[in-house]
Amino acid sequence: MAQATIATGSAPAAPAPSSGTERGRSASIVRLLIQRREATVFLVTVAVIVYFSIRNANFYSEANIITMVQYIAPIAVIGAGEVLLLVLAEIDLSAGQTFLTAPWIVYFIHTDGVPIGWSIAIALLCSLAIGAFNGVFTVVFGVPSLVVTLGTNYALAGFVLIASSAVQVDMPGRTGTFGQVFGISNWSEIAWALAIVVVIWVLLKKTRFGVHTTATGGNLLGAAEAGIPVKRVKVWCFMILAFGAAFVGILDGIRIGSLDPAAPGLDVVLSGIVAAVIGGTALTGGRGTVVGTLIGAVFLGVLEDGFNLIGVSANWFILAEGVVILVAMAINVQLGILAERTKR
Amino acid sequence: MTITEDSGPSGAGPKVVDSREIVLQTEGITKRFGAVVVLRGVDMVLGRGEVLGLVGDNGAGKSTFVKILCGFQRQDSGRILVEGEEVQFHTVEDARAKGIETVYQDLALVPQLTVYQNLFLNRELTYGGKLGLMNNRKMRQLTRQYLDEIRVNVPNIDAEVDRLSGGQRQAIAVARATRQEAKILLLDEPLAAMGAKESALIIDLVKDLSQNRGVSIVVIDHNYTHLFELCDRVSVFQQGRVTFDKRVAETSLEELTELMVSDYRRQVMEGQAQLKGA
Ligand SMILES: Nc1ncnc2c1ncn2[C@@H]1O[C@H](COP(=O)(O)OP(=O)(O)O)[C@@H](O)[C@H]1O
Ligand SMILES: [Mg+2]
Repeated sequence: MAQATIATGSAPAAPAPSSGTERGRSASIVRLLIQRREATVFLVTVAVIVYFSIRNANFYSEANIITMVQYIAPIAVIGAGEVLLLVLAEIDLSAGQTFLTAPWIVYFIHTDGVPIGWSIAIALLCSLAIGAFNGVFTVVFGVPSLVVTLGTNYALAGFVLIASSAVQVDMPGRTGTFGQVFGISNWSEIAWALAIVVVIWVLLKKTRFGVHTTATGGNLLGAAEAGIPVKRVKVWCFMILAFGAAFVGILDGIRIGSLDPAAPGLDVVLSGIVAAVIGGTALTGGRGTVVGTLIGAVFLGVLEDGFNLIGVSANWFILAEGVVILVAMAINVQLGILAERTKR
Repeated sequence: MTITEDSGPSGAGPKVVDSREIVLQTEGITKRFGAVVVLRGVDMVLGRGEVLGLVGDNGAGKSTFVKILCGFQRQDSGRILVEGEEVQFHTVEDARAKGIETVYQDLALVPQLTVYQNLFLNRELTYGGKLGLMNNRKMRQLTRQYLDEIRVNVPNIDAEVDRLSGGQRQAIAVARATRQEAKILLLDEPLAAMGAKESALIIDLVKDLSQNRGVSIVVIDHNYTHLFELCDRVSVFQQGRVTFDKRVAETSLEELTELMVSDYRRQVMEGQAQLKGA
């Protein structure tokens, strides 16, 4: 039964395998593709990388790779944090604006005479408060998190515009080793981002907190009956995402050197959610993959950068992103159904 | 219901020798959800090693009563006493700390987690502290060992619970509760989705726990044959009260059936009277 399904599935990829071991191998690859959602997006990403590197020899240049990873870092962190919420069957649309607002908080506090390190610490505490607000509002008032965080998004955007008088400013903290470690060095932002993604992966896969998060998203009532403090779990996840977003936001601000008060936060957070979705995380709760999200972020980065390199306008990237979301979702849903069949 | 020192010929009371032997007792438990009054003063006693069956129509309040006993919900009024001492359960963990484990009617399993993760749900073993990494190896090993011990047959403990049959799920939920070496077990329709063989297995497990380990058990079931095989005593819930309470040895299938059916007839007649009156 399982063999039959696998054989039909593998037919176009590996026509008429001759020996038994060969069939076994191709079957197990197809099985892997079906059961590990990350595998599909990984192969597609590799294909896209190969394509762009053939089209343009500069693809592998250090400068280009640096451009790419700088684009990927925020998406990866926000996407990974967003996985926690998607596992809970929640969502946070304010994380992009938290990402943009955190460096502004650093700027305001620092201009009031507080040393840069303390300014960053305070901004990070503020991000935890933003996350806690999102979470508490959601679990206490029972308002869908989509709506709560949309509200938070606009409130934060308004705050930045008002407090900055809509004037662009220079980001502090760019000097010396401090600046190098926190954003300016070419690899600093992606290194921090990867560290945060790994922490979130460990949290979700290897700790009680992760199991409780999955339980809360998979069966809210059942998790509560088992004694899991489901509301607290939810609030923590909002806080972790907000903290990660704020942290890379500050790094991003230091790297770029100036802060734009009108930057659109929804664009940032939606990129993260897109990375999670094409990486294989559904919006139905109970399941999510941080690894897939990281690959999804790389995919988006490669696509954006590749279009740039081969001279296709950024408008095409937006169109491609739309198509990719639709295709990825269709594949994910269909693979989910296939996986269901092959496992039985 | 009166608590007697012995079970003399009058025999209405449970066999409780003295108050020290009462493990769990409730007095006048009430509960309402908005305008709906679900429990109207439930008095219950449970002796050590005793199996008490609860029967009653759907909506009679049995599950609500169990959820109050295990700390998941809180009563509006009334007292709960564990081994003679009044207790205040604010969370499920409070009740667990007093040795109360529960199989909920909805089983409280997470479909996306594996068998062993469900068996250890909120009881996960870690390397060092609450925040440590999980010790999956140990949890797997203990799961396999325990399921073998109680002879529950689950082909793959790494399978997601999503893929198990209704009976297998119920067995996992029961195993999660019984593994804890609880003093008091609350089983809310633990046999509902089970085949005859699986039921017999769980019935034997419950009997063993009560007879050989002195575990006190409250079990809700609609199958009187099961109850007569399993229980020392049966209580009937009607409209949020215990209206009947007898030792199994002193009642019969016929008496219980008659009680439930006559109650049904009375309700139908009341309904008709109301319709005529309106
Ligand atoms: N959380 C709740 N909110 C509102 N009504 C509830 C809730 N839980 C139970 N009820 C109501 O309480 C009554 C008793 O339910 P329950 O305790 O499940 O009965 P039983 O287990 O005997 O079938 C039902 O009418 C049910 O609709
Ligand atoms: Mg019930």
